[in-house]
Amino acid sequence: MNGKTPVLEIKGLRTQFFLREGVVTALDGIDLTIYENESVGVVGETGCGKSMTAYSILRLVPHPGRITAGSIKYKGNELTTLDIDRMRSVRGTKISMIFQDASTALDPVFTVGDQLGEVISLHQGIYEKAALEKKIQEALELVRIAAPKDVMRMYPHELSGGMKQRVMISLALSCSPSLLIADEPTTALDVTIQGQILKLLKALVAKTGSSMMLITHNLGIVAETCDRICVMYAGRIVEDAETFELFANPRHPYTAGLLMAFPRLGEKKAELPVIRGTVPDLMNPFKGCPFVDRCDKATEVCSKQRPNRVEVSPGHFVSCHLWHGGG
Amino acid sequence: MDSESGFPKGGKPLIEVTDLEKLFPVRKGVFGRVVDYVHAVDGVSLSVMRGETLGLVGESGCGKTTVGRAILRLVEPTGGKVVFNGQDVLGLPPSPLRAMRKRMQIVFQDPYSSLDPRMTIERIVGEGFAIHGSPKGSQDPSVARRERIHELIEQVGLSHDHLSRLPHEFSGGQRQRIALARALALDPDFIVLDEPTSALDVSVQAQALNLLKRLQSKLGLSYLFISHDLSVVGHMADRIAVMYLGKIVELAPADVFLRHALHPYTQALIASIPIPDPKFRKDRKGIEGEVPSPTNPPKGCRFHPRCTMATPRCREEEPMMVEVEPGHFVACHAIVRT
Repeated sequence: MNGKTPVLEIKGLRTQFFLREGVVTALDGIDLTIYENESVGVVGETGCGKSMTAYSILRLVPHPGRITAGSIKYKGNELTTLDIDRMRSVRGTKISMIFQDASTALDPVFTVGDQLGEVISLHQGIYEKAALEKKIQEALELVRIAAPKDVMRMYPHELSGGMKQRVMISLALSCSPSLLIADEPTTALDVTIQGQILKLLKALVAKTGSSMMLITHNLGIVAETCDRICVMYAGRIVEDAETFELFANPRHPYTAGLLMAFPRLGEKKAELPVIRGTVPDLMNPFKGCPFVDRCDKATEVCSKQRPNRVEVSPGHFVSCHLWHGGG
Repeated sequence: MDSESGFPKGGKPLIEVTDLEKLFPVRKGVFGRVVDYVHAVDGVSLSVMRGETLGLVGESGCGKTTVGRAILRLVEPTGGKVVFNGQDVLGLPPSPLRAMRKRMQIVFQDPYSSLDPRMTIERIVGEGFAIHGSPKGSQDPSVARRERIHELIEQVGLSHDHLSRLPHEFSGGQRQRIALARALALDPDFIVLDEPTSALDVSVQAQALNLLKRLQSKLGLSYLFISHDLSVVGHMADRIAVMYLGKIVELAPADVFLRHALHPYTQALIASIPIPDPKFRKDRKGIEGEVPSPTNPPKGCRFHPRCTMATPRCREEEPMMVEVEPGHFVACHAIVRT
């Protein structure tokens, strides 16, 4: 994706939670750039910080968490220091987000039409009833909801999980943002519905020309939808590369382990290769590489020194002591 | 019977389920009059052999969990027959049923709600002994119990010093190991695994799946492995059954199943699974539409409203399970022309 304009540039982002028991470093120096018309997948396991990255971008980090270092630039404008009012106008119109659980993200006491209408009025200044209704219907048609006239009068509980997620996507895209952040958009859905929703997301992102940041734990989903993939572990991006490159040549032992541990259809193994142990406690700061205790290739330096991010081949970055700059 | 319940010829099934049915009443009004029924499980026949894993896949609401629970009578089936080791389970009065439950256990999906937060791990794992009596072995029952609990906790890959802790001190994967230790306590022959790894991360899931396999071959267990994830079931199961809206639509040995699934629903299910390799990036065929309500399932074949191969016959007549090749059963008019 070289030569393209970046939509979002994150540098050295650190987000920490100040608890009575101590400080949890949820994000520890994230570098991530998303270019125009690009979909970037962020993968990792529970607690690795993938959702926190999204919350940090939108400045929605819940208390007692705080961004303590680094910069987030949206088309050149710094977001971390923006005042609340200006930030509010960024959310929704420029960067919008789809949450994992559509049933809790939608307000149960308002109809679908009310909720969509509110967003459209607020961000596009359309208040006149007939015009607003038309806009709402268009927004619902965009996500291929049959009978949008009926659906707009329904409450969230009357919709199925897949339909709710369609409404969420419609909400997120109603103001044509340049960046759409989808946080596990299909995790709560059945596999056939997941297929439908992913297909829809892909088509809409291509149509509207937005960029997408797709957060998921499912390697299958990123393999099929994203141009580039970032693998996160314990609050850091340990590897990022274009999708084909990453799957063909995973360089970080964690990425390689993750790819192996995924059961594949039609491949029957007696045992699945595993990554031993569990994720480290983010309350204890680690000096070296966070993966050291689970890594079979760890050497002495791994527990002492934090690995630098090195480019092992064009566009393929790894933070691991096995890969020094230039081999 | 052989062909209908679909077990390989020659072997002897441990569990044999015939025409299992569970209808949940829908009540309305002040007097709770029954106005309708939810057809959660509607005529399911299957069998599980000794030492075998039968995978049961399907989407939410297809009735797969209800099948698992109805076999153990954790929900009371409204019809059909369950035979465990030659004995009819459904007709059993409470006390022999309790004795039989020793041999049939279940591991639930959510390891956060299936363990009592106020009980220590030792009590959780040993709870079965409180009901069914201490294990045989040493003279002193409490010593025997303790020894057995230690053995169990080691078997699932945890250590003795975990025993005095409470569930909240453990991660999801560890909790699922504890739930498994509890299920193994009474030396069961058969375990229903209801989405045992759905709440776990990929790397932890792999550990848990390996543990399940190892324990199976060591202890000769039979599993009913219920999951929505076909990749996981494909890895674990010897035979796979697919459910749709309360019915089994296809049943086949795992390798046959993955090579050439026949039912249009199974094919759509397989086509919908994202493959973790961009080389196989495919134009998703998938299926349109959503699962209809089980309160009022479609007439004829239940899949016909979403099926691309549907014919007028599919709307009228319900397809039967037919053996298309040894051990491979499918219920579809378009595939099996009779």
